[in-house]
Amino acid sequence: MKVAVVKYNAGNIYSVIHALQRMGVDPVLTDDASELRQADRVLFPGQGEASTAMRYLRERGLDEVIRRLTQPVLGICIGQQLLCRHSEEGDVDCLGIFDAEVKRFCPERHEDKVPHMGWNQIERPSSMLFDGFSGGEYVYFVHSYYVPLCRETIATTQYILPFSASLHKDNFYATQFHPEKSGSVGEQILRNFLRL
Amino acid sequence: MLAKRIIPCLDVKDGQTVKGTNFLNLRQAGDPVALGRAYSEQGADELVFLDITASHEGRKTFTDMVQRVAAELSIPFTVGGGISELADVERMLSAGADKVSINSAALRRPDLINEIVRHFGSQVCVVAIDARMDARGWTCYLNGGRIPTQRGLFEWAREANDRGAGEILFTSMNHDGVKTGFANEALAELARQLTIPVIASGGAGAREHFRNAFLDGHADAALAASVFHFGEIKIKELKQYLHDEGIAVRNI
Repeated sequence: MKVAVVKYNAGNIYSVIHALQRMGVDPVLTDDASELRQADRVLFPGQGEASTAMRYLRERGLDEVIRRLTQPVLGICIGQQLLCRHSEEGDVDCLGIFDAEVKRFCPERHEDKVPHMGWNQIERPSSMLFDGFSGGEYVYFVHSYYVPLCRETIATTQYILPFSASLHKDNFYATQFHPEKSGSVGEQILRNFLRL
Repeated sequence: MLAKRIIPCLDVKDGQTVKGTNFLNLRQAGDPVALGRAYSEQGADELVFLDITASHEGRKTFTDMVQRVAAELSIPFTVGGGISELADVERMLSAGADKVSINSAALRRPDLINEIVRHFGSQVCVVAIDARMDARGWTCYLNGGRIPTQRGLFEWAREANDRGAGEILFTSMNHDGVKTGFANEALAELARQLTIPVIASGGAGAREHFRNAFLDGHADAALAASVFHFGEIKIKELKQYLHDEGIAVRNI
């Protein structure tokens, strides 16, 4: 199986590559359109700022390349947010796969800290991406912006309010959390993705 | 529910873990990557690796270790020790660290916090504070607790918070190595004054101490070294205990 990881200006891309390598998969890190199109699976990970990332993708034509991919694609963290219609972070139009507006967390009490950082539970998992899950599993999050619940939500998490821990539409999947940093639970999610 | 985190800390010198008692008397305690993996399997939520080597050669050994940790472990980890400029942060993040902890360098030049936040985001910037309480109150110390400063714990923590730090790692020098519990009153005051997570450090000797740091000190995470290294507290049993006490933890 050929697995490609989208190379762009986001941080923390190597942790996904390491996670795949631990599972015996040797992915290629690339921003080459034909290499991305020919892969069996594409991962779109990263940490960073939405408008900076979108500008980079547009300048290189990667926005169109990603939008037109037909194999299973997994966006992670900022990857999930960039697959949405628009983000409040830098007020930027994103890739528009998921019909959702990315919003900033608004603390309601002193204890509500932003970023939402640490291990939290996924609830109501409803997709083959979560095959074997029943809800309540802990995964690792680091983010200040979130995707509200929407038609494409396939798992939720509660922090300040319930939000989309994961999304799915057609061949596009996404997680707000970092499966590559989520221990054996995260590894199972990556395995499920490779098996889709 | 967001879980309270249990964080083993590994002091690393020349590629080996060591732990000081009251910042002195180092004892050997094994290979950091193997130890990190064992902790991860027991249910540690994060790891902290502190480079306590001063030499250039030791730094290189530490960077190699960070790369191995990143390749082998599937939980987040923080690295600290000897980080004094942006280039050091970049080197650690490129090697695969998730977060970087800065201590003396931030006290000497607070703008370093803003620079890290601007380049890499708040989430990578952990500001570690070593402080000791005496008749004048809580005072911050430099260089692993060797040099006192004029800065108070709370006002410095607030400044770090305002400059964009992602977390505060507070070590009470009064409690460190003594194993009689964390500095819960100071922790609770930090939780009251700050808008970012606080990691409690220094004083863990029994599982009740973790409970108290979370319930009385309102800490978001608790860090310890020797009680884990020498197996005095097993992370699995600690988490079961905390769960039974009504505290949200993962991996029960």
